Formats: sequence, structure tokens, C-alpha cells
Amino acid sequence: MPRIVGVDLPNKRSVVALTYIYGIGPTSAAKILDKVQIDHSVRANDLDEAQVTAIRSVIENDYKVEGELRGEVNMNIKRLMDLGNYRGLRHRRGLPVRGQRTKTNARTRKGPRRIFGKKR
Amino acid sequence: MPRSLKKGPFVDDHIMKKARQAKETDDRRLIRTWSRRSVVLPEFVGLNIAVHNGNKFIPVFITENMVGHKLGEFAPTRTFRRHTSKSDKRAVRR
Repeated sequence: MPRIVGVDLPNKRSVVALTYIYGIGPTSAAKILDKVQIDHSVRANDLDEAQVTAIRSVIENDYKVEGELRGEVNMNIKRLMDLGNYRGLRHRRGLPVRGQRTKTNARTRKGPRRIFGKKR
Repeated sequence: MPRSLKKGPFVDDHIMKKARQAKETDDRRLIRTWSRRSVVLPEFVGLNIAVHNGNKFIPVFITENMVGHKLGEFAPTRTFRRHTSKSDKRAVRR
């Protein structure tokens, strides 16, 4: 099981396996493999040491992943919150930020339903 | 979709004029504006701008971080008066 930037890759086709890294989606996974010239369908466990090192170096040099990326996202959200603008307020209240309806739905942001008006 | 870079940031002329004047004369008085659609430019940093929210003017002190946002973002137009709490509801029912 190859380890890249602190994530164990599952034994899947390597394009898919790379997407288990936070910050690598299908597109960047394909680009990385093309760059180091590895076939997309090679299983993660069948990658040899040299290939893993190659992938690792590409990711470390060209991509912002895992902790660093998470930190950046959180910084951006924090910036909005400190600014006191509309988007920041929505983040603070845990409501949708991009103008979605909140009369119904929006459960991802609001979390599980709170029960109102329990029957007597 | 973002605005074309070719056009540059949109700022209403009248607020531009007032901001320039305030900067030149070092005038720290509130600039009242209805122009919520105007982008905050780097020149505005340090000014106090009162942005209309449809009801009254909300004073906004422009900081560096605000550059690139629109003035309207800093003056909320809706008031949320909170839902009736559980205890209120029970009182109404009985």
C-alpha cells in the first residue's frame, strides 16, 4: 500500500487511488499520471518504488494538498468572517452562503433537523 | 461567471469623486452612498463610507481586506428577528 503525503492509497486503479488524497480529483490525478507516464489502470499496489517517488515529487512540487490546502480554505473562510460582509455572516451562522433557499432544504449546512412543536 | 478583466472594476462615478475629494482634503467624515454595487478600490482604504441598506445608512470603515468586494456586502438588507422560542410557543398554546 503506497503512502503519499500522509495518505495510504487503496489498491485501486491509480487514477482513482490518487483521488483519495484531499485536493486531488479525477482531473489532477489524470494529469499527474500523464506527467510521470504511468498507465491510469495500473493498480496502486503494482506501482514500483520509482513510480511512487515520481508521483510523490510531482504532487509535492505542483499541488497544494491535505493539511496545507485545508488550512488555506479555513483561512479564506476566516477572512470572510472577520470582514463582516454578507458571506462572512452566513458562514458564522452556518447557513448557505451562495443564496440558496433556506425555507426548505439546506440540510448540509444547517445539520440535522431540530424537532419543533412536539405533540402533546 | 466573473467580470471580464478588460472592463476593470465597476465603481459609480459619484462615489469615486467623493472618495477622491475626501482623500485629498483628508476629510474623515462619513460619505453617504446608495451605490451598493460599487467595488471597493484600494484608494478607499481608511475611509468611512455609510452604505444604504434600503432603510438607513450603515457606516463601514474600509480596511485593506475589503478591497475587491462590493460595498453592499457590508450593509445587510434583512433583519432576522429570531424564531419564537420553545417556551414562547408553549405559553401560546395553553
